[in-house]
Amino acid sequence: MSQQIPGLPDMTYIDREKRTFLDQIYFWEITRGILITTKHFFRNMAKWLTFRKGGVVILYPEEMRPDYSQNNRGRHILVQRSDGSPRCVACKMCATNCPAECITIVAEESDDSNIQKRPKVFEIDVSRCIFCGFCVEACPVDAIRMAPTTEELAGYNRFRMIYDKKTLMTWKPTVNDDVVHGYNP
Amino acid sequence: MESTFFGINTVTFITNLVIAGGIFGFMFTMGAVMSWSERKQSAQLQDRIGANRAGIPLPGGKSLKVWGFINNIADAIKCLVKEDFKPRAYDLFMYNLAIFFAFIPAVISVAVIPFAGEVHLAELFQSWYLKWIPGLPEYFATNLPNYVFRVQVANLNVGLLFVFAVGSISVFGAILAGWSSNNKFSMMGALRACSQMISYEVAMGLALLGIIFIYQTVDVWSLVQGQRELAFGWLPKWGIVLQPFAFFLFIASAVAENKRMPFDLPEAESEIISGYYTEYSAFKMLMFMFAEFIEICFVAIMITTLFFGGYSVPYLMADGFHWPWGAFTAVSHGNVVLLELGSFLTKVFFFCFLLQQARWSLPRFRYDQLMRLGWKYLLPLALLNLVVTVIIVALGGF
Ligand code: SF4
Ligand code: SF4
Repeated sequence: MSQQIPGLPDMTYIDREKRTFLDQIYFWEITRGILITTKHFFRNMAKWLTFRKGGVVILYPEEMRPDYSQNNRGRHILVQRSDGSPRCVACKMCATNCPAECITIVAEESDDSNIQKRPKVFEIDVSRCIFCGFCVEACPVDAIRMAPTTEELAGYNRFRMIYDKKTLMTWKPTVNDDVVHGYNP
Repeated sequence: MESTFFGINTVTFITNLVIAGGIFGFMFTMGAVMSWSERKQSAQLQDRIGANRAGIPLPGGKSLKVWGFINNIADAIKCLVKEDFKPRAYDLFMYNLAIFFAFIPAVISVAVIPFAGEVHLAELFQSWYLKWIPGLPEYFATNLPNYVFRVQVANLNVGLLFVFAVGSISVFGAILAGWSSNNKFSMMGALRACSQMISYEVAMGLALLGIIFIYQTVDVWSLVQGQRELAFGWLPKWGIVLQPFAFFLFIASAVAENKRMPFDLPEAESEIISGYYTEYSAFKMLMFMFAEFIEICFVAIMITTLFFGGYSVPYLMADGFHWPWGAFTAVSHGNVVLLELGSFLTKVFFFCFLLQQARWSLPRFRYDQLMRLGWKYLLPLALLNLVVTVIIVALGGF
């Protein structure tokens, strides 16, 4: 049933179901609602009694969603060279591009004569980061990437949320592979 | 010479003490169990897991969680050690008094409810679960062969009226809390609670008048005795059989009276924060919650007692099952008491479950809808039910 605005040409306004008497006395609808929830309750109870997980939730620290998209922008990763040093050349393009201004880079001279600079300090304040991925896009040497998952992206205070160079380098993707790990536009 | 204790027969004193302790203990336990089951049950029916993190660490790296029950204990500890925040300008005396007005009526109305039938003390101690106590069975068999008591705290002959009287006191808890906390949201909640409870008490009382007419008594004990009789030789004369309509009216108005979910306007958190107990914190707030859970349990007990035969098991008499087809199964007295107690608790648990289920399934009414339902539908329907019942009773039905 659709309602018509009086005085206007044949034009439907709201698609609202007209209530029948059965809906009006409310009792049958209550019973129906309770039956639906009771069905859910007993289905989950049956699962739980047979030691399966009832419900659809994910017990987060112990379980992880398996269906993160490969393009999801999660935790930041600093890519390493084969000798374990960061691939970053401290050009500060990512810090300049970062809309949240949460990347702090202090550059120093590199030992390698082929490379001019390397980061002495590389910190991302993840509590300010908006996970836009602009830093990944800006980087000229593909030194910063974002893993698809957001695992352990939690802390008890805001200072723990500042990730330093060591934390950012824990994930070690191979440098010269063809497969793109994580978010890479 | 009978031994006496402050002028009361010692055995009477002790049995009454045990019964009162057991029944009030049961109510408090139910308060805790309900607050646990509310979490877990709502979680299960919404496809969630529910509280499952708090636990008591055990040696070996495991922790004792008891399916989330430890969360309740953690909550209680948290509320005990939390800052007792108070509003700056408030009426101290009334503010504190309101908690007791909300809490005590919720607990004491259960005093008139029989939890099981008459218990023969000497025979009870011959049963398999009390026989092993050394000395006592012989003592009761020789000294008190005819001592009989009821599993009921107070045997009032105005039981139902007592329940109503105490129930209407609990509105003071809401109104005092709202008025004394010096907060407009609290005041709104208190006014809502007050008008809602008064409106629905009328419908509730009228719905129960039919029951009173049929069984010709307001004594809860006799009400249950009346429900143990059989109609046509096979159908138990439970309230739900004789007054099916009153049952639904009673559930609706009792839930409204208790301010539970479809009718929880006084605590509608999206409109008036937490209603009349907005300004209460820590353990005081917990007391209000606890009183509410105990009231739910009491509604389940009332439904059981008035409409589902109380403790009675169909066809079970004092000596065993008298089946409608003429057969007879003897049951010892100890087992009869256990069966009656078990039947009562099973019914109560079932209705607790049902009320929780309703609470988590239904959306909240609007306030005008609530008032319209109470005055324009429930009240006339209860009156109609009463008139029809009276006519049938007058014509000699039942
Ligand atoms: S994802 Fe965006 S906000 Fe976060 S560090 Fe990179 S550029 Fe900054
Ligand atoms: S843009 Fe890339 S190379 Fe430049 S500082 Fe940032 S991470 Fe290092």
